[in-house]
Amino acid sequence: MLRYTLTRLLSLAISLAVASVVIFLAIEILPGDPAAFMLGVNAQEDTLAALRDQLGLNGTLWERYVSWVGGMLTGDFGTSYTYRTPVAGMIADRLWISLPLAIYALLLSTLIAFPAGIWAASRRGSAADVGVMGTTQLGVAIPNFWFAMLLVVVFAINLQWFSAGGFPGWDEGFWLSIKSLTLPAIALALPQASILARVMRSALLDTLSEDFVRTARAKGLSRRQALWRHALRNALIPVLTIIGLQFSFLLAGGIIIENVFYLPGLGRLIFQAISARDMIVVESVVMLLVFAVILVNFLVEIAYALVDPRLRHRA
Amino acid sequence: MTDLRADSLPPQGAPVRLWGRALRSRNLVVGALLTLVFVLAAVLSFLWTPYEVTGLDIANKIKPPSWRNPLGTDHFGRDILSMIMVGARVSIAVAVVAVGIGMIFGVPLGLLAAARKGSLLDEVIMRANDLVFAFPSLVIAILITATFGPSAVNAIIAIGIFNIPVFARLTRSGALTLWQRDYILAARVAGKGAARISVEHILPNVTNLLIVQGTIQFSLGILAEAGLSYVGLGAQPPTPSWGRMLAESQTMISFAPHMALFPGLAILLTVLGLNLMGDGLRDLFDPKLRGRT
Repeated sequence: MLRYTLTRLLSLAISLAVASVVIFLAIEILPGDPAAFMLGVNAQEDTLAALRDQLGLNGTLWERYVSWVGGMLTGDFGTSYTYRTPVAGMIADRLWISLPLAIYALLLSTLIAFPAGIWAASRRGSAADVGVMGTTQLGVAIPNFWFAMLLVVVFAINLQWFSAGGFPGWDEGFWLSIKSLTLPAIALALPQASILARVMRSALLDTLSEDFVRTARAKGLSRRQALWRHALRNALIPVLTIIGLQFSFLLAGGIIIENVFYLPGLGRLIFQAISARDMIVVESVVMLLVFAVILVNFLVEIAYALVDPRLRHRA
Repeated sequence: MTDLRADSLPPQGAPVRLWGRALRSRNLVVGALLTLVFVLAAVLSFLWTPYEVTGLDIANKIKPPSWRNPLGTDHFGRDILSMIMVGARVSIAVAVVAVGIGMIFGVPLGLLAAARKGSLLDEVIMRANDLVFAFPSLVIAILITATFGPSAVNAIIAIGIFNIPVFARLTRSGALTLWQRDYILAARVAGKGAARISVEHILPNVTNLLIVQGTIQFSLGILAEAGLSYVGLGAQPPTPSWGRMLAESQTMISFAPHMALFPGLAILLTVLGLNLMGDGLRDLFDPKLRGRT
């Protein structure tokens, strides 16, 4: 297990290194000079040079890359061109909205998908199964930002149970904040719940046709008992993998949903940074998102190997 | 959802029987019809739309559906039906070209990796795929847009790049099971090289897998394009696009819900049609999987 973990760790480090080079180069081939953009066309050459120096824009490509990566490793993400505040602090503030949103959505998705998937699989071919499968077919096809807008019309404008957008801040009270994240989390969770319910159902159907389930039935367990005691645990492995992968999708997918609800999370930050050409912010947020995806994939692989010893020897 | 069983590649059935089964598959027929409606609407929009989509008619702004404008008008008095028809062009074009990019790069990479299984080349290709997979298409789009500015072309590139590893992985796993078949061994004994076997024997037998996955990626492409143009990273004004129509309707949603309703329904129905078609095609090519996923 230790050897497997070390190999995966090495692969994780290589992936991160390559990803950082790709992101850095993508941003660096950008035409235009942030210093000139900030100071306008009439800026004096010496002022420009001073600002470039202050922003860390001087030096070779290699030097700038090393200082960017070195900074990130020590928690210094640089200074925003437009806000003139440390990028690390800005990202940390926004993360306090985007991360809880992703976790909330993941919880909802799991809470919906598990019962729905188990119900459909245990009554395969029945009206319940057809209903669940039809609903998930719709859930997969609906654009989540449009679903978010429909939720606003129904629950914020007509019923007035929730506010249509904005975020009060965690200082204003936990429940108030959770309440303002509820509609966004539902909108994010629905398509993921549909996918998860389908995976849950087909994984259960697969295990239900295995020999050990037939043995369990043969020793006298009812179909339902066999499902709960034997099949479910074995069906969980593919389901847990999907849950892990969905988390990174939820974090990135939140970028669009945050726009619907005017939530000041990472998504709002990155779009403001793009229009203000605040590239150091764009670079850092993108790197953070990619880091999250790679890290979650790594954790899923490790968890998988813990559950299924056969996988450890494949690496 | 997008998982295909590569180990159960079916033999090619007689074409006549396949058509007969296709017409009896409810998923396939309904899905194909839904898709066809939007493809035809897009094609028709080149020749005719009820109104000009660039024509502003402020006197008729924000009108609910009526005989004159079946789906109502927007805040500039433009006919929403006409805009949805023209918007279908962008959605379909972006998604189709993005699937094309994914296949053109992904399929040869997958064939190559499978032909050289276990080699350094295979490892490099698969690791590179994993890396691209770590960039959600939205993040790729953000990177490209931050660099080159927003446009439909950049949306195509972003979604296309995301599609490459999907097709590479699928082709590789499909090809790997084929390489163990007896007729491939026979071809090797006959002296055919790996490249020729890949093109002549492997590729034709993974086509079914590619068609099914292509349909699924097509529908994901429509969703991704809508999301990108919703946040302003897709087609730019004045070209109508479904995602941007939704973005523009958002501030008026409390008094003009029809502006948000119809473009969203267009996306939903197109994606639903493609997904049903994908499911139907999979059942058709591989009846063993029917009702499983």
